[in-house]
Amino acid sequence: MDSPTLPQALAALRAELVEAVPHEAAEWLEATLGWAADADWESSFAVATRRVGRGALPVSGMPAADAARVLLLHAADADLATVTRLYQQGDAAERRAVLQALSYLHLGPEAVPLVEDALRTNDTRLIVAAVGDYAAAHLDQHQWRHAVLKCVFTGVPLTAVSGLATRTDAELLRMLGDYAAEREAAGRPVPEDVGEVLAAQPPHQPQHPQEP
Amino acid sequence: MRIFDPHIHMSSRTTDDYRAMRDAGVRALVEPAFWLGQPRTNVGSFLDYFDALLGWEPYRAAEHGITHHCALALNPKEANDPRCVPVLAELDRYLRKDSVVAVGEIGYDSMTPAEDEALAAQLQLAVDHELPALVHTPHRDKVAGVTRTVDVVRESALPTERVLLDHLNETTVAAAKDSGCWLGFSVYPDTKMDETRMVRLLREYGTEKVLVNSAADWGNSDPLKTRRVGEAMLADGFSDDEVDLVLWRNPVAFYSLSGRLDLGERPERDDYAGNVLRRGAPADS
Ligand SMILES: [Zn+2]
Repeated sequence: MDSPTLPQALAALRAELVEAVPHEAAEWLEATLGWAADADWESSFAVATRRVGRGALPVSGMPAADAARVLLLHAADADLATVTRLYQQGDAAERRAVLQALSYLHLGPEAVPLVEDALRTNDTRLIVAAVGDYAAAHLDQHQWRHAVLKCVFTGVPLTAVSGLATRTDAELLRMLGDYAAEREAAGRPVPEDVGEVLAAQPPHQPQHPQEP
Repeated sequence: MRIFDPHIHMSSRTTDDYRAMRDAGVRALVEPAFWLGQPRTNVGSFLDYFDALLGWEPYRAAEHGITHHCALALNPKEANDPRCVPVLAELDRYLRKDSVVAVGEIGYDSMTPAEDEALAAQLQLAVDHELPALVHTPHRDKVAGVTRTVDVVRESALPTERVLLDHLNETTVAAAKDSGCWLGFSVYPDTKMDETRMVRLLREYGTEKVLVNSAADWGNSDPLKTRRVGEAMLADGFSDDEVDLVLWRNPVAFYSLSGRLDLGERPERDDYAGNVLRRGAPADS
């Protein structure tokens, strides 16, 4: 059952996943996505890794189980209560899948607490998943800047941050500039990607501030 | 020497310990659920702990190239506390998780009726979830405790071949071996077993179905005791292959009974579109 509204990115992901996994797993996936609108798809969500394996997809690099779970959440059109429960009761991989799926679901900003929860951890698997399109769309400017700083402090490359080019403002540049100065004062290297952001938009020449 | 520590409480250890373990040859471990060093006062305290065993600890371990799985359960000590017992109702959803490879540690502490109930209920949970069980044997009144533990296991629907009896010693190994269970030994600096006595038992009872762990926890313990046992075995004339059997293949075989043990590459560590490749930036957030 192909959802007529399957976004292009998910359609590509689904094709890549079906192609990459063994025949049996692909059949399971097609069947379980077909039921997702009604039946007990949450059981499929739980066992996804055991069904499609631990491997990563060849093109996107996404773990196959993450892809399967994101597709399931979308096919089920999971609501806020459901994603919240699956996140709270999930292990790290399940939580990561929920975070990655948020931007494909019919959710407004109500799921921001899940992103905030992930950003409170020091688990980079969760932090990477938390700073995607959903965060770019719904975190307020203060939260979003701190999400970027969290990436910097936990070693998550800034390429993981959605909307970096459009949401970077003078205040974030000031924060990154201070961070770079603190690193230099301590005789430590400034991460390359931080240096690149600063070089592109030096903090002493602020762009148009975008206070929320 | 590749080492699988089949019973170690990493949440009570520092990140330095992970580094030292990796340097000593530890590549995989199982962390069974136990207490917090002081009594829990509510079920939520278990849930946060289980979440850590499914999230943060595997992450911390992976940072040092160690694969982390866990066993989950209501521990014997807290099975006696009515504030804790309701966690039994929460275990069902946790035991479905990918990195859970056993129910444990369960068993007896003071051999009370409450412990009887928790043990029987959790052996049944192991059956329901097709998991093996890690069964702690009591430190006080140990010989009687092992006999009673084996009786309860026999009365359960879980075959003894799917049970690991842990914290065994000279006085309990024979009964445990007769039961058909797997045999676990915790090697400690000054309690439980030490490496010299461990080698003696391996000489006497053989290496089959024997697992050695450091159990390292809040007490005086040493997460490198598995390595010390391997060295003591070699010094005593055991072959590299026998050391590998005890320190790697036996724990792999036991936890593989879950069908969930995964010692392969973790895509999320290194390959995920470069996303989680660390830049070597400070991690002191
Ligand atoms: Zn223990």
